[in-house]
Amino acid sequence: MNTATQELVLQPTAEAAPARPGALARAARNWSVRIGAVALVLLALVSICAPWIASADPTLLDPANRDLLPGARVTLTMSDGSTVSHVFRMGTDSFGRDLLSRVLYGARISLFVGAAVAVLSVCTGLLLGLFSGYLRRVDKVLMRVMDGLMAIPSILLAVSLVALWSASLGSVIAALSIPEVPRVVRLVRSLVLSIREEPYVEAAISVGTRTVSLLFSHVLPNSLAPLIVQGTYVCASAILGEAILGFLGLGIPPEVPTWGNLMAEGRLQFNLYPHAVFFPGLFLTITVLAVNLLGDGLRDTLDPRFSRRGV
Amino acid sequence: MGVLTPTLTIENLTVQLPAGADRERAVQDVGFEIRAGELLCLVGESGSGKSIVAHTVMGLLPRQVRPIGGRVLLEGEDLLQASRLRLRQLRGVKMAMIFQEPMTALNPLMTCGAQIEEMLAQHTSLSGRDRRERVLKMLERVRLPEPEALRSAYPHQLSGGQRQRVMIAMALALAPALLIADEPTTALDVTTQAEILKLLRDLQRESQTAVLFITHDLGVVAEIADRIAVLRRGELVEAGPARELLARPQHAYTRMLLDSVPSLTPRRAPIDARGAIQVRTRKLTKVFDEHGWFRRRRRIAAAVDVELELRRGETLGLVGESGSGKSTVARMIAHLLEASAGSVEVDGAEVTHLKGRAVRGFRRKVQIVFQDPYRSLNPRRTVGWAIAEGPRNFGASKESAWRRACELMDLVRLSSAALHRFPDEFSGGQRQRICIARALAVEPEVLIADEAVSALDVSVQAQILRLLEEIQCRLQLTVLFITHDLRVAAQICNRIAVMHRGRIVEQGAASTVFREPKHEYTRTLLAAAPGREIRFKTEVEA
Repeated sequence: MNTATQELVLQPTAEAAPARPGALARAARNWSVRIGAVALVLLALVSICAPWIASADPTLLDPANRDLLPGARVTLTMSDGSTVSHVFRMGTDSFGRDLLSRVLYGARISLFVGAAVAVLSVCTGLLLGLFSGYLRRVDKVLMRVMDGLMAIPSILLAVSLVALWSASLGSVIAALSIPEVPRVVRLVRSLVLSIREEPYVEAAISVGTRTVSLLFSHVLPNSLAPLIVQGTYVCASAILGEAILGFLGLGIPPEVPTWGNLMAEGRLQFNLYPHAVFFPGLFLTITVLAVNLLGDGLRDTLDPRFSRRGV
Repeated sequence: MGVLTPTLTIENLTVQLPAGADRERAVQDVGFEIRAGELLCLVGESGSGKSIVAHTVMGLLPRQVRPIGGRVLLEGEDLLQASRLRLRQLRGVKMAMIFQEPMTALNPLMTCGAQIEEMLAQHTSLSGRDRRERVLKMLERVRLPEPEALRSAYPHQLSGGQRQRVMIAMALALAPALLIADEPTTALDVTTQAEILKLLRDLQRESQTAVLFITHDLGVVAEIADRIAVLRRGELVEAGPARELLARPQHAYTRMLLDSVPSLTPRRAPIDARGAIQVRTRKLTKVFDEHGWFRRRRRIAAAVDVELELRRGETLGLVGESGSGKSTVARMIAHLLEASAGSVEVDGAEVTHLKGRAVRGFRRKVQIVFQDPYRSLNPRRTVGWAIAEGPRNFGASKESAWRRACELMDLVRLSSAALHRFPDEFSGGQRQRICIARALAVEPEVLIADEAVSALDVSVQAQILRLLEEIQCRLQLTVLFITHDLRVAAQICNRIAVMHRGRIVEQGAASTVFREPKHEYTRTLLAAAPGREIRFKTEVEA
């Protein structure tokens, strides 16, 4: 009986599996995650601090200083008559507005839209997916609706949705979220379908757990990791989508500085002043790249389906 | 090369594990040799490093796992120094390997014949016709029926045993000097296992191949080994001729392993037949209808007219091979699966078609413990949460549920400090204890153990069996014990029901079923149990 007494005190014997480092710790060791996260944090900081970094009001028109090239030094006359020397680091647009301020303020909109669309579509998709995967009756109807939604190219769907509503931040977010929902629903549903067959779910059923708490305390926590990964991809495509809508003149009203709007304005004089398109485009690229890097890194570390084999 | 040179010599082999593994070295200073025509069983529990040894010999170690010392000599040639090209030339020709899971080891997109032929095409200069002839000859040698037809069959069209035969044919196609078999029969049913073991033994005698046979099953070892080497946590504990080692083990660990193997002699008598019947199934039937939009329907009868009776406080063993419908019956009784026909009665009341609130009341009475300890606990919840979930579902307060969890941890002999930990910090045996505690948390009267000890190492298995019996006596539980392992069944069951293809073919007191099996199938099953000649001492004693 000595074996029994040994186990009275639970020791981390060699028999016991070694505790793996937590998911966050593993993610933090991944270079894609590090680079992506740092870039995103910097962008977020810059956009939050835009009023202090950007030296000018992004909507201030200055007909005297139109189409300045990046780095142009100009002497400005203030309203009280004093003169200030100012450098337009990114130049100005064809209305004489400071591009640096407009790009930085644009980061606010882009990041906000990206995050909001990700949260909104993941939450909606999660709920629908959970019920679709678990309740057979809902499943058939819901999934056919989702198939229908997925049959429409997402950007066209977004364009037509925005066209239906008045152009505003809210309508853009909604229009970008709706096409993303079916993808999330599908992912969640597939996860639920496999998790519901796990013995621990069966065990929970047999100790009398109700369906709702089964979904939220057993199925949901185990499908979070791939969902977070999917969220980052949704975020990246929403940032791009917002820029596309802005560029087409369908998104947020043109006087609001967003990267899409900036590029749409710059497009008219692209041959003469490419910098008006270049800078917002550069920021857009960096942001989307950072989000995707983060997503790839998270996928490698969190998603068991892609985790590398080995000890 | 002299006749006396061993085919395989391993000297002081040490293999390093990557940082962060549970130990620094997978194997440490392991050495043994196998001569031509000899079969050496490398025995050990999970994690003992036995597969690492096999993979080292084949040069198939993952990149992070490196041999750092010793020599592995195949007919005098050091494999640890051999180039990748040389290893590739040797694999298949001089040494071959068969794996546990033949389905994953065979290419699903190639016919069996083509896969064997590929081996020949790679390593020999035989003409196409000669190759095909050799393939046929090999398929005949592994005693496959209709080799002509099987040659053009795909792996999924074959049964598990047939697939393993194809693997063996492939491994032996080039008459290698060394054959490594890594748990080749673990995934198979006992009757198939017996056939495959006999085949391997015969082929090996015939061709004088040296065989390194890796297994955790001491019954299998007793059946086929010439010599035995026992591994424990990467170290060679003991090695020697099979008969001697099994009869007079020198090392305490070997003795413990042998003592843990349950004997085939039933130990418990049936309980008083006048006891109240707690669970009764009448003509319980489950039919699965497979249908798609474009496919024709197919009916699969998983269980047909199953009639079982469990008296209060008894253990009924439901024994059968995979696919016989044991688990289906268990799930129907536990109300996890709806019966197609027939009924289940618990304490005289019919529970087959309970709905809603009534089901929850029933759940308190009947609980189930599953086979796979690694998947039956939610990885994201602490052990305490898992155990307390049941009582909380039935309205217990958080504190009282937690108190109950502490008591139960005591009952299954784990420290209650472990309640705050997550399942991945526990070993398989400890997890199974936790699963038992969880099932007991709602104070059931009937416990269904669905292959509850099958995934465990034999020493742990013995502990869990002892624990189950002790708990059963203390709490007066009625237990339905489902297993494919006759040894386990003999140790814990009062009565035994044998299932075959969805039907109960024989039912009776454990001693009667084991001593005087009436049904043909029961006799086959008993005859197939490995290691019958050796009488293992039983640790689970009355």
